Parts: sequence; C-alpha cells; structure tokens
Amino acid sequence: MIERDPVSFIAVLAAMTAAVIVCRLGGYWLLGRFTIGVRLRKILSALPGAVIASTIAPILFTGGVSALAALVTAALTMFFVRNDFAALVAGVAVAAGARAAGF
Amino acid sequence: MDATPQQHPRWTLDAFRDGAIATLPLLPGLCAFGIAFGTVAARKGFSLLDACLMSATVFSGVAQIIVVDAWPNQLTAATIFATAVVTALICSRFILIGASMRPWFGGIPERGRVYFTLYLLVEPPWLLGTRYYNNGGRDPAFVLGSCVVCWLSWVIPTAPGYWLGASIGDPHRFGIDLIMPAFFVIMLVSMWQGPRRAAGWIVGSVVAVVTAQLFGGFWYVLAGALAGSVVGGFVDD
Repeated sequence: MIERDPVSFIAVLAAMTAAVIVCRLGGYWLLGRFTIGVRLRKILSALPGAVIASTIAPILFTGGVSALAALVTAALTMFFVRNDFAALVAGVAVAAGARAAGF
Repeated sequence: MDATPQQHPRWTLDAFRDGAIATLPLLPGLCAFGIAFGTVAARKGFSLLDACLMSATVFSGVAQIIVVDAWPNQLTAATIFATAVVTALICSRFILIGASMRPWFGGIPERGRVYFTLYLLVEPPWLLGTRYYNNGGRDPAFVLGSCVVCWLSWVIPTAPGYWLGASIGDPHRFGIDLIMPAFFVIMLVSMWQGPRRAAGWIVGSVVAVVTAQLFGGFWYVLAGALAGSVVGGFVDD
C-alpha cells in the first residue's frame, strides 16, 4: 500500500527540494570561490550549446521521422526568418502533419 | 566593453516583462508537461494540494514524475534519501548551468534575489537569458521574468491534469511534445558562430548519444554537456 502520511510526504518534499537547491545554487556558489580565468570563461560560454546538443541528439537519434522533420524545419525557419515563434510554430506544425500522415 | 554592473539598470519591471514575453511561445509545451505530472499524481492517489505543493517547491518536472511514479511502499529514512539522490542526479546539469551564470550574476549586489532567481532557473530562462546577455542585456530581471512564467505554467496546469487526466488529449498527436526540443534547436541556431565554435556541439551530441545508448537514464545530458563545453572552450586557439 502506498504510504502518504503528511509527515513522510513533507520529508520527501524537503529532501527533493534540498537536492534541487544544492544543484541549482551549488555550481554558482562554488564558482564564487574561484577567480574565473579566460579558459574557464570560454568553457562556461560553450556550455549552453553543449547542453542543448546533448539534450536533443538522443531525440534525433530515436525520435523517428516526425521529430527529425520537426527539428530540421524549426532550425531552417529560425535560420531564415530569425523569429523564435515562427520557427516553433513551423516545427510543431510539421510534426503534427507528419504524424497525421502516419510517420 | 566590460562595463561594471553598476552602470546597468537592475531588476527593472521592463526587463522582467521582456523575459516573461520571450517565454510565452513555450507555454503549450510547458503546460503539457505540468498536465502530465498532474495526471501521474492523480493516478497514484495523491491529493491535489500535495501535487501542487510538490510542483511549487521541487519545480523539477522529470524528477517529480519519476519519484511520484515510483513512490516507495514504505517511506523510511533510506527511501527518502533515495528520492533526494534521484532528484540530484536528474538535476545535476544545473550545477553546470548555475556555474555558467557566474560571470553575469556574480557582480550583482542583491544576493538574495540572485539566489532566488537561480532556485527557479530552468533551461528556457537560462537559454533566453544567455542570448539576452550575449546581445548586451545585463538586467537579471529578464531571467527572473522568464523563470516566473515557467514556474506558473508548471504549477497551475497540475490542477487540470489532476482533474481531467488522460481525457485532455494526446499531446503527441499535435506535436506538443516537440515544443521543447524545437525550442532548443532554435536557441542553438541563434547561438551559431561558425563551424569552429560548433565543435563542442558535435562532441556533446556524440557523447550524449553514446552515453544514452550505454547507460540510459539520466547521465547523458551531464556527460555530453561536460565533454562538449570543455572541447568548445579549447577549440578557439
């Protein structure tokens, strides 16, 4: 039987929240202990692209035709139109279309 | 070029609003995720208050869904500790994400507000904020505005998901599950600075795919991000 007495629930909530806070604040706090040199600054500025690439690469790899078509469409639209919203709508529309067509 | 933070306006309502507006196109994707969590929580017999309370405090989608879905039969100190470990594992990429905010946020004297913003800092505000910073923006309220929209669109949809559950419709059919991945791709395009700088992206992708194939689970983003950013940080010379 699933147990959900208030005290244990609050304990889980506190444990999870603490873990989230340690991760979200910890890296920032830790870097405050060091002087950030040129190299580290470069690594940090390369981080956003690296996080995105590692998040979407497995999706491209396993997501099938609809995901691939949607993401390529979003990228191309963004490249030519330079508008977040237009690119998002185009990508999602292609995904919906591809799925409606049975892909 | 290197202006001191004091010369820039800080925590203005205008920047907060700009950050919030920049996040609005993502609302369907963010809400779909909140609805999914509400559905899981209802199926597992949690109260609506419990579900919303968890969304409001933990504010970490994947971690919440996994922990609620695998809620231990017996809550002991060990199982409670295990939920913290799983959460930390899923959120480990935020250690790097938070670190990358140091050059910008480190010079801001209002530390309480900075740490509060970091607590709510998920990927969309981080990426939108990074682009804003690279375009010369310095007001941290931009990030906070985006964070608040993400938080609201995570906590509020928990309720309709809880009540209506699976009857809401299939987000897969309308491509709503691809809003976040498409947003990531769009951010990547707007970061493009030539093929040399993209070396880290390629390394990150390969490491992520290989890690996901070998180990599954949660490690691949962290592994890919570490490998990709180190390579990206070393290519330019």
